[in-house]
Amino acid sequence: MIQTHTYTVQTRTPASQLAAIGAAILLIVAVAVPLFASRSLIQDLFFILTMLTLAQFWNLLAGYGGLVSVGQQAFVGLGAYALFGAAILWGMDPVAALMLSGIAAAVVAVPTAFFAFRLQGAYFAIGTWVVAEVVRLSVAQWKAVGGGTGTSLPPDARDFWGVATVESLFDVRASAARDIVTYWLALALAVVTVGGIYWLLRTKRGLALAAVRDNIEAAKSVGVDAGRMKWLVFIVSAFGTGVAGGLIYLQKARISPDAAFSVTDWTAYVIFIVVIGGIGTIEGPIIGVLVFFALQSLLADFGSWYLMVLGGLGILVMLFAPRGLWGLISNKTGLQLFPIRRRLYPTPKK
Amino acid sequence: MIWIDTIAQGILLGGLYALFAAGLSLVFGIMRLVNLAHGDLIVLGAYLILLVVSILGINPFLAAAIAMPVMFGFGWVLQRLVLNRVLGEDILPPLLVTFGLSIVLQNALLEGFTADSQRVRAGPLETASVDLGAVTLGVMPMLTFASAIVVIVALNQIFYRTALGRAFRATSDDPVTASLMGIKPASVFAVATGIAMIVVTIAALYLGMRSNFDPTIGPARLIYAFEAVIIGGLGSLWGTLVGGIIIGVAQTVGAAINPEWQILAGHVAFLVVLLIKPRGLFPRAYD
Amino acid sequence: MSLLATHDLTAGYGDFQALFGVDIALDEGETIAIIGANGAGKTTLMRSIAGVLRNAPQMVTFEGRQVGALPADEIVGLGIAMVPEGRKLFPSLSVEENLLIGAHGRSGNGYWSLQRIYDLFPILKEKRRVPGTSLSGGQQQMVAIGRALISNPRVLLCDEISLGLAPVVIRDIYAALPQIQEAGAAVIVVEQDIGQAMKVADRVHCMMEGRVTLSGAPSDLSRDAIHNAYFGAAA
Repeated sequence: MIQTHTYTVQTRTPASQLAAIGAAILLIVAVAVPLFASRSLIQDLFFILTMLTLAQFWNLLAGYGGLVSVGQQAFVGLGAYALFGAAILWGMDPVAALMLSGIAAAVVAVPTAFFAFRLQGAYFAIGTWVVAEVVRLSVAQWKAVGGGTGTSLPPDARDFWGVATVESLFDVRASAARDIVTYWLALALAVVTVGGIYWLLRTKRGLALAAVRDNIEAAKSVGVDAGRMKWLVFIVSAFGTGVAGGLIYLQKARISPDAAFSVTDWTAYVIFIVVIGGIGTIEGPIIGVLVFFALQSLLADFGSWYLMVLGGLGILVMLFAPRGLWGLISNKTGLQLFPIRRRLYPTPKK
Repeated sequence: MIWIDTIAQGILLGGLYALFAAGLSLVFGIMRLVNLAHGDLIVLGAYLILLVVSILGINPFLAAAIAMPVMFGFGWVLQRLVLNRVLGEDILPPLLVTFGLSIVLQNALLEGFTADSQRVRAGPLETASVDLGAVTLGVMPMLTFASAIVVIVALNQIFYRTALGRAFRATSDDPVTASLMGIKPASVFAVATGIAMIVVTIAALYLGMRSNFDPTIGPARLIYAFEAVIIGGLGSLWGTLVGGIIIGVAQTVGAAINPEWQILAGHVAFLVVLLIKPRGLFPRAYD
Repeated sequence: MSLLATHDLTAGYGDFQALFGVDIALDEGETIAIIGANGAGKTTLMRSIAGVLRNAPQMVTFEGRQVGALPADEIVGLGIAMVPEGRKLFPSLSVEENLLIGAHGRSGNGYWSLQRIYDLFPILKEKRRVPGTSLSGGQQQMVAIGRALISNPRVLLCDEISLGLAPVVIRDIYAALPQIQEAGAAVIVVEQDIGQAMKVADRVHCMMEGRVTLSGAPSDLSRDAIHNAYFGAAA
């Protein structure tokens, strides 16, 4: 007798279902944080969430798209300056201007990609860096937003959407209310980013992306348009990075070209977060940002030693555990919280 | 007349950028490795020279001669212990490791030497100049340019006239077949990085004597070096010199129009060349 | 004791096993031929001996020494040189440089020098300044052989040296073999051309699916036996 087996395709794993429930609970707690947390905790969480967002987009670029950019600070700075420009020149509400932050970054990403995609591999990395320098030096010439010395958010723009409501609801001062609103925005941005990237990777396009990363020739031969995927990933990442940049500087309320286009703050840190956590996974940047924050808190008093440790740790991880901390955990336990691979399961006979 | 002077200064500045770039070009040519810490290694070399000068109280050129073997050794060990382990098809590991190294070096120098600007004093040489009628050229910039030419000639001699250079080229073509010839790619790469570090020391000498430096200026030097290499075409050292000159002239001309445009003009020149000739001005026939 | 021998040699690439317990032996001054279809494991065998693939130490012995785990660059130093499949000349080296680089690993004195290689293949002297890869296939093969000989090997491994060449060119290349043997090298040739292999070899090993399926002197092997060893008995 010939036995036939039927299979169903699943990406879900038991761990991922538990993770989904855990995430839902975590999200509820996170939304409620301003009810009980101190202002400094809210600021720390804001920092973690925005770095997580930047890390997820860099990971999408480098880990999935194979595009190792060292120029993401261009989009952070552009997003931030677009927000400041819109608020200062047009009196636009900064929260609404966040959309503009993303659009400005995406628009500049088009010519950037046009140049950088002419460069292969490692040279792509420095090419993006050059573009970021050009953007920084050009923005430093923009006198209306303070030129090379930078500027602050005007007082009326500091009273942005939601601040007054939070002020009266929570009975806090305006500065604390601003932190709460920006925290919620950062939370929303991080959730949309993680969810959006997870969704993207599970679509047909996302699978094509993984194919391009693993073998560009093979991907081409089965009809994946590698060029189009690279464009898509680059522009989407620029948009998200721009929004994050706008939000970061909305919270800081003060901007200068050197800070907003800092390669250390917005690219080096982000790269270490992704590498230490585990490149090419969604879990990696989450672990990475927690390790990064813990290290920063522990070593905050040691100045440059902190960065030396971070750099050294990045090198060690790359040498001895190239898939990062999450790779180690996942190897040991087989755990996958955001499964992307499709698995075949025999369907039980009825 | 001011323009002739500006362009002459730019050409000489290009010599400095070619010196920054030659080591990068050498290492990339042999092992396809882009060292993101290259600029920081130049700064490290400058501090080493400064240290030797201040401890022994000797002339900076002599100090550089003492620093060279130290830097060669550093490069050799770095390649053997770290970089050889990450070479391969995937470009991500070497990029990330050298990026990490860049951060470590910058902050180690900050810790060791503080953020204060430093300078390697070269005495009357710093201000000496030669009046050539139409233009007046500084002796230091001319010396820099001449050194760039000497370095390029020497590297080309090594590359095309010695057994070592033959091993470099063979390993670059095909490391597996090279090993069938009795060549150890790992050692060849280590020697290549060592030689690149000697060039880095020469670049560091002029960096330190010509202007102030501090631990954070490495990445900008890396970018100039990278632009010179790309403009010239990968693997051509004379092309790298031409690339350096283009960046140098663009910067001095930009600065002559508006002092704030100096750096920007160099980057824009790079982007324009890239737009017109994506593979650089003197690309290799095969790759 | 054999000059070179493999002992229950197993090898592969990652999860893919290509050799399953191969035993061959090569004596001083001997020439053996390895024949077999594509994918039989012939090239894997050569790469294992040459050290491109590293194995357990005892799987390959040379002059009684266990060399199975040594890397390629050390194997050359001992006196085993390989002419790799596909010739693999270095594109950025001239013909002469391609020959000279063969002497990199072993400066031991011996019969072969640049001059003797040029005497063996005079055309190479004429073309010594041009890039190796600009030559015709047959001339490139001569460079690849010369490049291996110049290290004065005790054992010369020739992997598919007639592949893709015209019969008249193959004849020219094989014409050099007696002189190579006379200069003191034992030779292993990997051939798909059975006729050629039978002509030059003292002994022939036929491989199929990673195993040696038939061994013997050419005169002792019948056509049918070879056919069976080559394609499997059922074919």
